[in-house]
Amino acid sequence: MIVFVMAIVLFLIGLYGVLVKRNVFKILIALSIIEYSVNLLFALIGYRRGGTVPILTEGTKAGTFFVDPIPQALVLTAIVIGLGTTALLAAVAVRLYEKYDTYDVRKIRKLRG
Amino acid sequence: MNWLPLFVAVPLGIAFLTPVLAKLWKGFPDIVGNLATGFLCLLSLWYLRFGQTTSVYYVGGWEPLNGMPLGICMVLDGLTVLMLLVVNVIGFLSTLYSISYMEHYTDKGKYYTLFLLMTTGLNGIVISGDLFNIFVFFEITAISSYALVAFGVEAEELEASFKYQVLGGLASSFILLGIALFYHLTGTLNLADASKVLTGKSASPVLYFIGVLFFIGFGLKGAFMPFHAWLPDAHPSAPAPISAMLSGVMIKVLGVYAMCRVFFNVIGMTPVILTTLMVLGTVSMVLGVFLAVGQWDLKRLLAYHSISQMGYIVLGIGLGTPLGILGGLFHLMNHTVFKSLLFLNAGSLEFATGTRNLKRMGGLKDKMPITHFTTLIASFSIAGLPPFNGFWSKLLIVMACIQAGHPVYAVWAILGSLLTLASFMKVMRYAFGGEGKTVWEHVREVPSWMCLAMIVLVVLSTTMGLLLIPSLKAAVLDPAVRVLSDGLSYAANVLGG
Repeated sequence: MIVFVMAIVLFLIGLYGVLVKRNVFKILIALSIIEYSVNLLFALIGYRRGGTVPILTEGTKAGTFFVDPIPQALVLTAIVIGLGTTALLAAVAVRLYEKYDTYDVRKIRKLRG
Repeated sequence: MNWLPLFVAVPLGIAFLTPVLAKLWKGFPDIVGNLATGFLCLLSLWYLRFGQTTSVYYVGGWEPLNGMPLGICMVLDGLTVLMLLVVNVIGFLSTLYSISYMEHYTDKGKYYTLFLLMTTGLNGIVISGDLFNIFVFFEITAISSYALVAFGVEAEELEASFKYQVLGGLASSFILLGIALFYHLTGTLNLADASKVLTGKSASPVLYFIGVLFFIGFGLKGAFMPFHAWLPDAHPSAPAPISAMLSGVMIKVLGVYAMCRVFFNVIGMTPVILTTLMVLGTVSMVLGVFLAVGQWDLKRLLAYHSISQMGYIVLGIGLGTPLGILGGLFHLMNHTVFKSLLFLNAGSLEFATGTRNLKRMGGLKDKMPITHFTTLIASFSIAGLPPFNGFWSKLLIVMACIQAGHPVYAVWAILGSLLTLASFMKVMRYAFGGEGKTVWEHVREVPSWMCLAMIVLVVLSTTMGLLLIPSLKAAVLDPAVRVLSDGLSYAANVLGG
């Protein structure tokens, strides 16, 4: 139980970072923390104590207790997606610095209204 | 033979072909991109005849075993058919428009890659039958749209894209957290199977929490009122055909469609959720239009109107009665057509004059007759003047409000419509009316591909009211309405069929 609570705490830390931090890269890091906390929680939820690898072979007996592979597959996918979004966000952050000469989101304010 | 996977496979395959072909000859991306979206458009029209019943396609032939789904499945029902039509028709017209419009951007090959990836994601969300795939396609759509918003790499575009990415990333995390808890509760990610599991259980606090998480996630993606902050920045910053796709299609698929599918068909509608939808819809509708009236940037004004018109859709669907759902879904189709048209008009004005500021335009009526005419029709349509399509769907929503015993919402809907009319009178007055300014002496009408896309949309927005004729309504709208109003019978339809 305690690990689930810790994952939620990690999520909230990330949320705090996104909402409060002003530096573009700190926001990026906070978003990554959120992503990883969710991935962690999902992997924990998908864990089955005492289950075996879900591969059906010749010798597998009927009624064997398997771990459901879906959450693990989804977490793996989510990690890869997270890599993509982080890379794109970092690229945009670097371009933003070229245009505005600052990482402070309070000074990056050309759009109004 | 079931051709459903082609909706994902064709754009995904062509997407990575265009940058390679662009190296051979720079005309290839246009031809290949348009052929791909044109093919999808025809395919989605052909699929109209399959909307009456639910059919399921099992990827790789993994059929369910003893009622337990094993592999990935794609589901085709009335709502799916309607959304596929919306996505692919607008997708095709946007690529037609892009042929000339994207000339002043560099690297068309990569543009088409991103565009087709976005189409892949949108089609994928619509045809997926499980939350796993819906999440993956959500992210494909999101990443390609982040890149497309920043496509011009100017300061404003990067800023808008950054804001969009932070809020979009947050939304994805909320949705994934919701999916994790959903899996914890039901032990499956297949929507139909999960729905079957949930009907056997009593409502638990976890289910409410999941509902809230999905609400925040889909609400952020669909820009409902408290979550709308990114939209007026992101949509105007993208190139015009992308604005048309984002405002016309993306917020509806990511917001309205996903929310309807999860809440109506899987979790089951409760009066609490319906009331929340109605209140949020009304707030979006009224505040969006109030914020729009004061704008001078044409595309920003249109973006605020998107929030407002989304409010009508959510209000209609939130009424929960068949008439309300019909109004909501019909307005969804209509808004797709006229809002895409308006964004393309704004793109034409920007293409010809180089500005989006209404104060700097003026007297363009004689210089750009086709853009003037199409903008006029689109403005009538969005303001809800008969006989254009916006009138019929707004009328249905107002009638549904009164029929369901909520006359207050109907009054707000009419008020919102009047303010919309006022703000578009301003657009027509400042952009096209008045004396011809000397700076615009050299302005000419936009190239013919752009005109063609706009004229097709004008024809659509003039004639779409005919969809309410009983025989056409039974073919297009009724199956989709039935999917939502039958609610939880989705599981039986999918697993049984």
